[in-house]
Amino acid sequence: MPASFSTGQPARWHVHPTLLTHKAPCRGPPLPSPPGPAPGCSVPPGASSTSHSLSPRPPSPAVPHSPHAPPTSRIQRRRAWLFSGSACLQSSLPPASMQPPPPHTTHPIIWSWCLPDWDSVLPLSALEEISEEEAVQIVAEPLLPFESFTLRDYVDRSETLTKLVHLGVDLSKVEKLRNAGQLLLRLDFENDIKKILLFLKDVGVEDNQLGPFLTKNPYIFTEDLEALETRVAYLKSKKFGKEAIARMVSRAPFLLMFSVERLDNRLGFFQKELGLSVQKTRDLVSRLPRLLTGSLEPVKENLAVCRIELGFRPNEIQHIALKIPKILTANKKKLTETFDYVHNVMGIPHHILTNFPQVFNSSLLKIKERHMFLTFLGRAQYDPRQPSYISVDKLVSVPSEVFCTEIARASVQDFMKFLKTL
Amino acid sequence: MAVHGLFAVYKPGGVGWPRVRDAVETRLLAGLNSLKQRPPRQHVRFLPGVVEGEAGKELTLVPTYLPVLADHLLVKGPRFTRLKVGAGHRLDVKSSGVFVLGVGQGCRMLTDMYNAHFTKDYTVRGLFGKATDDFSDTGKLIEKTTFDHINREMLEKILAVIQGSNHKALGRYANIDLKTQEAYELAVKGLLRPMQKSPPLITAIRCLEFAPPEFQLEIRCLHETQQYLRKIVHEIGLELKSAAVCTQVRRTRDGFFTLDKALLRTHWDLENIQKAIQDSRLTVKTELEKSLGYLERTAYDELIEMDQVEESDASR
Repeated sequence: MPASFSTGQPARWHVHPTLLTHKAPCRGPPLPSPPGPAPGCSVPPGASSTSHSLSPRPPSPAVPHSPHAPPTSRIQRRRAWLFSGSACLQSSLPPASMQPPPPHTTHPIIWSWCLPDWDSVLPLSALEEISEEEAVQIVAEPLLPFESFTLRDYVDRSETLTKLVHLGVDLSKVEKLRNAGQLLLRLDFENDIKKILLFLKDVGVEDNQLGPFLTKNPYIFTEDLEALETRVAYLKSKKFGKEAIARMVSRAPFLLMFSVERLDNRLGFFQKELGLSVQKTRDLVSRLPRLLTGSLEPVKENLAVCRIELGFRPNEIQHIALKIPKILTANKKKLTETFDYVHNVMGIPHHILTNFPQVFNSSLLKIKERHMFLTFLGRAQYDPRQPSYISVDKLVSVPSEVFCTEIARASVQDFMKFLKTL
Repeated sequence: MAVHGLFAVYKPGGVGWPRVRDAVETRLLAGLNSLKQRPPRQHVRFLPGVVEGEAGKELTLVPTYLPVLADHLLVKGPRFTRLKVGAGHRLDVKSSGVFVLGVGQGCRMLTDMYNAHFTKDYTVRGLFGKATDDFSDTGKLIEKTTFDHINREMLEKILAVIQGSNHKALGRYANIDLKTQEAYELAVKGLLRPMQKSPPLITAIRCLEFAPPEFQLEIRCLHETQQYLRKIVHEIGLELKSAAVCTQVRRTRDGFFTLDKALLRTHWDLENIQKAIQDSRLTVKTELEKSLGYLERTAYDELIEMDQVEESDASR
């Protein structure tokens, strides 16, 4: 019988070449059988009713359908029917004839003699002799669970999931998303996933970015390829460069799920609210693409806060947004508290803050600690017209060792001791 | 490998204690998950393959050794998702200072520390001339007063009165007859304190700095809250016929965890915390034994036993 035990020793993630080319170990032997649409393949019950139960895709009949093959003997037909849905024999599922045919059938015609005729069917004997090829093609792996809360149960036997893991998709995070696990189990790598992946590669998403992209947005597989291409064409028509589009798509995975009108509306919103030119809007959006995918309400509120509470003029707000786009999506409370401390306690006026908006990006505690240390040392001088001036962005952006040695001219231990007195 | 034990952290002001506890837990988890994990299991799968047979290429099953993908990091997720990090004596939002945390089995020692009723040291800064509704400088202003008449002797007199009255209360709540030799020995060593629930008690109070309107006190107390200390500052102001608000409450010692052992925010990672736990292990043991020696078995004994079991497992 089979050849010697080949220890194709995998060092790391060696995948047996057959996994990549053949179909996953499915339940059907590739026997020449009559063209019935494998009525033995029944749809497992309880499929996709709850978001937490994952049920495997109905085993695809890997039967080479040949509608013009001559009808074979009854025993061979029966064996074909049995082997095409071997798991169903052991399960308590209702007989195939009561189930609707599976959705991916290629041959809708059902010959009446394919349906089991329970009275005249002969029982199969275990001692019946079969050829070597047939014996080799019997797949007798243990059953997959019909329902599960995790994809770990299916990853070893599903070709799709194995290939996604090799791409770098984090299945432990994907299975927490709504209905994502169910979606990935039911997809077929060759037919559905491959074309979307090739499309993403065309757009310019790099290979090592595909994994994180799919982890955040597995729902891209539900999108129509033409729709995706239309949206990319729209972005190109708005004169976004190829690298810009690739960067935007990698950093905001949900970008291509938005219809052309929605993208248009959002671009128009940013152009109008900030009063920017077309080129500058493009620049802003390509630097922070999640502006297009996130909700617009927080952006409107932040702009109102900057204008009314903080008292920045519109051109100053424009300048700040272009320099640090993250401020548009920052937390309102943090923004107001930081501004309150920096403007009222540290005494920094608006025009300096407009030039150095990095202050709003950093944590308030860090600003407080460093400012108090400088006050204690007598070096808290933020006015550019005076000597020994400390620039606000350097105060905030440098790491603590550099801050201690260059800006505060003190040792790191002194800074630590001072922090413990606060 | 997991982390167990007690350590102290320097809580910055303006941040609630749950956030500090969560931040420490997140950083510990990040550290633990970045350690080397065990490699995935291997299993044998029989896959269809093509083999040279007698009559040319034959379809056959080839046994291959493959890693179990269910053990891959991307499929099963990170090894640690939660850690038991418990908080000792809490600090409110405005105050800062030594904040004791326990990890894993060390959380049991937190109960022991609570039952040992250790004293705590605070430095409290105050400001004469104002009175607010919540006794701190960020509250709603109620009245403004003069403070020129205040000098250091008046302040020290008031502090002595406070200390005296609290000393009497200390003796009363200590539940020991003060006329016995045992009580005298405890008082001499400084261990005379109530070993059960009591109202807040100040065992010692003194003035560190006096530069009107600012002043700084050092308070050693038991069963207190930070708001109580702010109220004490307010009452000192009232006694001195003026008004005072508290600008800073900072804990410098909680039991045997002092300021130099507390970890700053930049040091909240796995190695530093492990080192801190290791360094303070012996002190924890001796101090808890001293205070709770009358009990048969504390959580520390269980921790020692657990260590011994682990060592014998490792050596086997």
